[in-house]
Amino acid sequence: MAQKLNFLKESASQTAGPYVHIGCVPNFCGIEGVYPEDLGSRMINDKTEGERITIRGKVFDGTGTVLKDVMLEIWQADHKGLYPAVNEFRGVADANFIGWGRSPGDYTSGEYVFETIKPGIVPFIDGKPMAPHITFWIVARGINIGLHTRMYFPEEKEANAADPVLARIEHKVRIPTLIAERTGDGEYTFDIVLQGDNETVFFDI
Amino acid sequence: MKSNQKPVSGSYFPRDRVRQPDAYTPCYKTSVVRSPHKALISMNNTLSEITGPVFGHSMLGDLDNDMMTNYAAPGETAIGQRIIVHGRVLDENGNGVPDCLLEVWQANSGGRYRHAKETYVAALDANFGGCGRCITDDNGYYIFRTIKPGAYPWPNGPNDWRPAHIHFSLFGHAFAQRLITQMYFEGDPMIPHCPILRTITDQNAINDLIAPIDLANTIPMDARAYKFDIVLRGRRSTMFENRMEGN
Ligand SMILES: [Fe+3]
Repeated sequence: MAQKLNFLKESASQTAGPYVHIGCVPNFCGIEGVYPEDLGSRMINDKTEGERITIRGKVFDGTGTVLKDVMLEIWQADHKGLYPAVNEFRGVADANFIGWGRSPGDYTSGEYVFETIKPGIVPFIDGKPMAPHITFWIVARGINIGLHTRMYFPEEKEANAADPVLARIEHKVRIPTLIAERTGDGEYTFDIVLQGDNETVFFDI
Repeated sequence: MKSNQKPVSGSYFPRDRVRQPDAYTPCYKTSVVRSPHKALISMNNTLSEITGPVFGHSMLGDLDNDMMTNYAAPGETAIGQRIIVHGRVLDENGNGVPDCLLEVWQANSGGRYRHAKETYVAALDANFGGCGRCITDDNGYYIFRTIKPGAYPWPNGPNDWRPAHIHFSLFGHAFAQRLITQMYFEGDPMIPHCPILRTITDQNAINDLIAPIDLANTIPMDARAYKFDIVLRGRRSTMFENRMEGN
């Protein structure tokens, strides 16, 4: 017998269920007066530097039906590509930007919205640049373990073509599922498809 | 984190998908059309995955971790069995995870949620909202007070009931550690019948979601205690990383 490694094992995930709003965005679901505001509902303020953008989208199941009980979180760098995190050693991120947002889909339309800024360039493991991107995490009733994906920007054609994470995707035909649609000045639409022909690429990060 | 140490920046151990539920689990019917069919794309952690937002203790209100009173009228408390839930958030290396944000939600003692989409006939409790939150201390320890939630029926099979449970959302130090899970109560006879628990095939992983009664920490004549430890992904130490310092 060899020594034991003694690692613990990550706790198993369980679905967020239909009532995730109660715990994560209570004001949104009418439970007011417990917390002053829902966490992640404001990513920027008047002093935040960078190009203002709005990202909207819906999450679809394998039948093409919109999910109306989803919750999404995003995490991104500031306009210079710095993360507002304790283990960001390359510099100090914009103090007026928290980099993290949380949005429930609208009860009726299922649409989520994030008002944020366009992120800068962050280096890959080897130091080469990654194209500007936003990390998404999706939970809902029926999703047993949160799904990770990324959103890229359609106007960054060259950077996207050189992006080392997109390059990992063998089936190039699926890459467009990670690229948002630009619908106006600073306006993007990023729909997510959980299952089927046009299934969004999800990552095991 | 200790003030004389640089925060660690190693990548995370790969997720042990054998212990985690599959996406497609027909016993839990909603998962059938909400599960990706294509393989997840594996990728090594970049800065985007090993970083995460910072949640400060200063954002918390005094009653945030007391679901027994945080929605109640002055002088009132929620109806139900008074309990304390406490434990540690650890990583896979066995270290406590400080400054981890825990957000919890649950049904009231009758099994009813305060939510527009809730349809169960059990009564609402005017003094119970159902949400609580706290941030772990330097050792990864957390505590909150609540009432024991009730079991409730749900539309899956013709007669499926959830065991009593508390939902936990955990935000550790990185987006890669993000986790939502549920805590169950030792001795609940509904546990072996639960389709959502059965999405997990590893019995040890199920057992790790069941909180034991902790008689050492009950408050006599007031509240019983349950202990619930949660493990988030562990990270490699920077020494084993081939990334450049500062990357
Ligand atoms: Fe529940």
